[in-house]
Amino acid sequence: MKALTNRSKIAVDKEYTFMERLYFPAIIKGMMITISHLLKKKATLRYPEVQKEFAPVYRGKHVLKRDEKGAENCTACGLCAVACPAEAITMTAAERKKGEEGKYREEKYAEVYEINMLRCIFCGLCEEACPKEAIFLTDEIVKTSYDRQDFVYGKDRLVEDMNKRIDITKRQKKY
Amino acid sequence: MAKVTIDGHTVEVPDGTTILQAARAIGGEVAPPTMCYHSKLKTSGGYCRTCIVKVSKGSDKDPRPMPKLVASCRTAVMDGMEVQNNTSPEVLDARKGVVEFLLMNHPLDCPICDQAGECHLQDLGYDNGGEKTRFDFERRTFERKDIGDKIQLHMNRCILCYRCVKVADQLCDGRVHGVMNRGDVSEISTYIENAIDNDFSGNMIDVCPVGALTDKTFRFKSRVWFTKPMDAHRDCKKCSGKVTLWDKGDEVLRVTGRKDQWGENEEWICNDCRFEHKKSSDWVIEGPRKIDRHSVISANHYMKLGVPHYKKLEK
Repeated sequence: MKALTNRSKIAVDKEYTFMERLYFPAIIKGMMITISHLLKKKATLRYPEVQKEFAPVYRGKHVLKRDEKGAENCTACGLCAVACPAEAITMTAAERKKGEEGKYREEKYAEVYEINMLRCIFCGLCEEACPKEAIFLTDEIVKTSYDRQDFVYGKDRLVEDMNKRIDITKRQKKY
Repeated sequence: MAKVTIDGHTVEVPDGTTILQAARAIGGEVAPPTMCYHSKLKTSGGYCRTCIVKVSKGSDKDPRPMPKLVASCRTAVMDGMEVQNNTSPEVLDARKGVVEFLLMNHPLDCPICDQAGECHLQDLGYDNGGEKTRFDFERRTFERKDIGDKIQLHMNRCILCYRCVKVADQLCDGRVHGVMNRGDVSEISTYIENAIDNDFSGNMIDVCPVGALTDKTFRFKSRVWFTKPMDAHRDCKKCSGKVTLWDKGDEVLRVTGRKDQWGENEEWICNDCRFEHKKSSDWVIEGPRKIDRHSVISANHYMKLGVPHYKKLEK
């Protein structure tokens, strides 16, 4: 039978040479490789004590931003939901009442805003579509859970905490 | 009959047809955009200047071009007339200027406005407008007003196309005027409120090309592109009863008249149909309404999946 490639070698039952019969050179050669790896930099990190630095534009869990006064930027315009290829975002809008000007920036706001993190593919199109600079992806990671319902993130987990503000200046578009 | 050539396409139309109607007979890109013209309203058109075109040859008998760009909705065709719309850079440039004027006082609140997604001004700005405004001054502002308990007037967004005034004039009895004051401070005003008791006043919402007149029963309920338009009808003593329902799930969020490809009502519907019948069971559903595939309203609508379901209902 003709070989398919010229790389195949025909095995021959030939006798070992003297050097091969000593074994030590081969052992030392192998040990050298092992020892050289001990000295090399480790490819892994000791997670969770040491954590890898994220890229400034990493696309993790979403945040609904507030402005400097603490009012929510989101006006429930629905552009993120229509841009979402995974159809992970749903929202219900409501009208701002008198006296709520400090809570919501515009006349209309999202009463319910939900992202299903199991559907979300973290593509960042919602962030790109947002005309109000309200939704941003952050370097936080969505937590694991045993319950599917836990992955539907409502406003309680998406809206920014004013005491722990999230810096998104690095990912804001520059015009 | 008159033979007229628009953007290189020749069409034969009856005498007295306007250039706009001739262009619409050709269809597609050739038809100039309109804001104030409405085919079902008499004497509409001639206010917004969006539909301006260049007449490069007046007629066979008098081949001189018209000295200025003309409003195509108000200019009748002549035999042998040659018209340029998109092929003339002069027209496109002038139209860009018109859009800039229309947007000068128009607030940038599309994310809040209920008209977004089916707004003619949005389409016009997208197709013909510039990227930025050059207007340095404060925009004029008005208080939000309720016209009756079902219609809301946002005067800020109004572009003074007079379509609603024509509706009040031609469909509703007992009113005289619709616009108060002049120039920069002109305002759709009180007399129109008097027409509210009329059964057909709700058509103002349909004819408004922007979000100035909106349905209060639909206010902030949903964005247009999350609802599914369905053709439906019911026995109505006052009107034809042929409407478009805008559904979300089993809920009817809004009822409007059926609009043709130019965004103009095919028929008028009464307030009873529009505001009082918001249950699927009130209507006989004919099937999904075809909306232009390029419209955002068509986003995420899977027509094929729905077809067998709708056919069953027709029986």
